[in-house]
Amino acid sequence: MTEKEVSITINGETKTAEVEPRMLLVHFIREIAGLTGTHVGCDTTNCGACTVIMDGRAVKSCTILAVQADGKKITTIEGLSKTPGKLHPVQKAFVDKHGLQCGYCTSGMVLTSFWLLNKKKKVSEEEIREAISGNLCRCTGYESIVDSIEEAQRNLEKEGEYTEEEIPVRRGR
Amino acid sequence: MMPPAFEYYAPTGVDEVIDLLEKYGDDAKILAGGQSLIPLLKSRITAIPYLISLSGIKDLSYITESSNATRIGAMTVDSDLEYSDTIRKRYPILMDALGKLADPLVRNMGTVGGNISHGDPSNDLPAVMLALKATFVARGRGGNRNIKARDFFLDTFTTALEHDEVLTEISIPVWKEHSGGSYVKFEKGTWNFSVAGSAVQLRLENGAVVEAGIAITSMGPKAMYIPEAEDYLLGKKFHKSVISEAADIVVEKSQPSPDTYGSVEYKKNILKRITMEALENAFRRSGGVK
Repeated sequence: MTEKEVSITINGETKTAEVEPRMLLVHFIREIAGLTGTHVGCDTTNCGACTVIMDGRAVKSCTILAVQADGKKITTIEGLSKTPGKLHPVQKAFVDKHGLQCGYCTSGMVLTSFWLLNKKKKVSEEEIREAISGNLCRCTGYESIVDSIEEAQRNLEKEGEYTEEEIPVRRGR
Repeated sequence: MMPPAFEYYAPTGVDEVIDLLEKYGDDAKILAGGQSLIPLLKSRITAIPYLISLSGIKDLSYITESSNATRIGAMTVDSDLEYSDTIRKRYPILMDALGKLADPLVRNMGTVGGNISHGDPSNDLPAVMLALKATFVARGRGGNRNIKARDFFLDTFTTALEHDEVLTEISIPVWKEHSGGSYVKFEKGTWNFSVAGSAVQLRLENGAVVEAGIAITSMGPKAMYIPEAEDYLLGKKFHKSVISEAADIVVEKSQPSPDTYGSVEYKKNILKRITMEALENAFRRSGGVK
C-alpha cells in the first residue's frame, strides 16, 4: 500500500511523517510524536483513554486514522498546561479532589473535562456525567471524578483561565 | 489494533469520489467520520482495499433552513446538529436521538450522513428520518437523485445508494404548527447497541392526529417504519388506550431477533413501553395533552 505524508500539529508543534494509511492517530501521537500521555485502553471506541482535542472537539484518537487528522490541530494532555511544571486548573482539580487512582483513564478524563468546561460555561452535575459517558474509569466509581470536574469549574471561574486563545474549543450547549 | 492494509484517497470534490468508486467497484468504500467503519476495520469484521474519505470535500458540512425544509450536509458532525438552534427549535425528536447517540466524543467525530448510509439497524438516525419523512440526496455520474427515507433502507447494511453514488444531503421537511415528536431509546450502557428505539412524529388538528410518522431501531433487519400504526392514529386524540393500541401494532409489526441483548419477548416488552412513552411525548409536544 502507498504511504501518505501526514502533517499534524500537536500542542503547537507540527510533525510530518510518511505513514501507512491504516495507522491510527493515537499511534501517530505516541510513536511518531513520542507523546505517551495519550493512552490506548480498550482500543474499541468505548473507554476514552485515548481522548484528545482535535480542532476544538474532544475525540477518540483510537478511532481516527492519522491520515484523517492531516492538517489538523491537536492538543494532548502534555499540551494542556501553558507553564512547564505547573498544572492546568483542570489537572489540579483532579489532584485536589482525588479524581484518579491508577491514572490510566486520567488524561482522557481531563481532556474531556477541559473540552466540556470550555465549550459551555456553568455546567450542571448531570451535564458533567453525560459529558464523561464515553470515558470509563474502573477505580473511582466516578464520584470523585465528578467532584474534580466541579472543582475544575470553580478553579476556572476563579482564575479566569479559559484558554480561548491557545486551545480553541468548539462552542456548544 | 491495526486495520488490514488499504489504499487511502481524500479527494477534494464529489466527482473525483465518483471516479474512484467507478474505478474500484466493490473494493471501494466511502469513509465519513469513521466511527462505525474504523471499529469494523480494526476488529477485522470487514476489509476494504480502497478507502475514499470525504473529509477533503469542503462543502458537505452545513445546516440551512428554509420555510419548508431543513437541509443538512452529509458530512455535518453529529454534535453540530446537537448545538444547532434550527434543529433544537424544529425537531425535538432529533435532539432526543442525538443526546443518546453513542457518546459525546463519538458524536464529535461521527457524521449524520455516515450514520444514515451505514445502514445499521441499530443506528438511531435512520428511524428518526423515517418518522420525519426526510429525503436524501444522492449524487452520481448523472447528477443528483432524491431518495425518500422510506425507500432508502433495504436490509442490514444495505441501502438504496448505488455503488457509484454518494449521499450528499439530508432534507427534512418542516412539520407545521401543532406538531411534535420524540425518540425514546433503551440501552444497557452508552457503549452498547440499543435494545430498542422508537421514533414518533405527529401533527394534530384540534387535538386529533392528521399526520403521523412512526419508526423503530434495533427491532428488525433494518430501521423500519410502521404504516399500520400511523394509519391507526389518524383522527385519534390523546388517550391512554390509543397509545397502548398504537404501541401494540408497532410491536406486532416488529421483527426482533433473540441475541445477547435479550429474548424476543423481552425486546417486545421493552418496545411496547418505549413506544408508549414516545407517543405520549409526541402528543404532549404537539399540544395534544390537556
